[in-house]
Amino acid sequence: MKWLLLGIVVVTTVLADLLQSREMKIAAAEKGDQFGFGPLLKAIGTRPRLILAIACLAVSFFAFLALVQTQPLSFAVPASAATFVIETVLARLVLNEQVDARRAAGALLVLGGIVLLGR
Amino acid sequence: MVKAEIGRRRGAETLALLLLVIFLKPFSNLFLAWGMKQGPQALSLNPLFYVKAMFEPLVALGIAMQILWLLFRMKLLSLADLSFVLPVTAVGYVLTTVLGRIFLHEQVSTERWIAVLLIFLGTALVGSTQRAGVDSGVDR
Repeated sequence: MKWLLLGIVVVTTVLADLLQSREMKIAAAEKGDQFGFGPLLKAIGTRPRLILAIACLAVSFFAFLALVQTQPLSFAVPASAATFVIETVLARLVLNEQVDARRAAGALLVLGGIVLLGR
Repeated sequence: MVKAEIGRRRGAETLALLLLVIFLKPFSNLFLAWGMKQGPQALSLNPLFYVKAMFEPLVALGIAMQILWLLFRMKLLSLADLSFVLPVTAVGYVLTTVLGRIFLHEQVSTERWIAVLLIFLGTALVGSTQRAGVDSGVDR
């Protein structure tokens, strides 16, 4: 059950982060220096993809609550770092960010840590 | 001159947001875990259990901090790339483990410490590969 909950946390977090990153860049580019917390709150209420991101975070949050109820915090949080590896790959594929050899090596180190956590 | 001033202001704003994001998340996780462990330790499939849990003082504090974290992080993502924000804030994984050890008296084995260290090193390595985006003015 813990791996199912962890899977839900990871998938919803990845989706939320990608949507947030993309939408916040667009919103900030539209507003320029005027992009304070007022426009930020307005963007959350008016941009469907940001609303979807918040919904994903809500699912992630409740799955995380269930996870920390039965598992040590020192397992739940580092294990959810799996999001980092997936987001690095998707940042390259979806957000067109640059992923070089060092970045790939870093992602593998994170993966090694997660595998070690699960033993 | 004006451009440099804007760059400095954005750099300071990015740094302040980074610190808030780094510290808010581990402490909110601590309060959530602390609050959830006050109740039964068995996993509940009843959603009402989790709705009720949200009104536990420690869980409510954790949720309030998570909301603040979310807003600050969204603002940060408007100033910097996801690939910058992720690794720099990864120090939170280490901080969370330390908080769990100190406040929740969790047993953290040597193997788990090594795992946390690997995660931290990996995220730091990734973080050293690329600059922040959108003229944040933060050098690494």
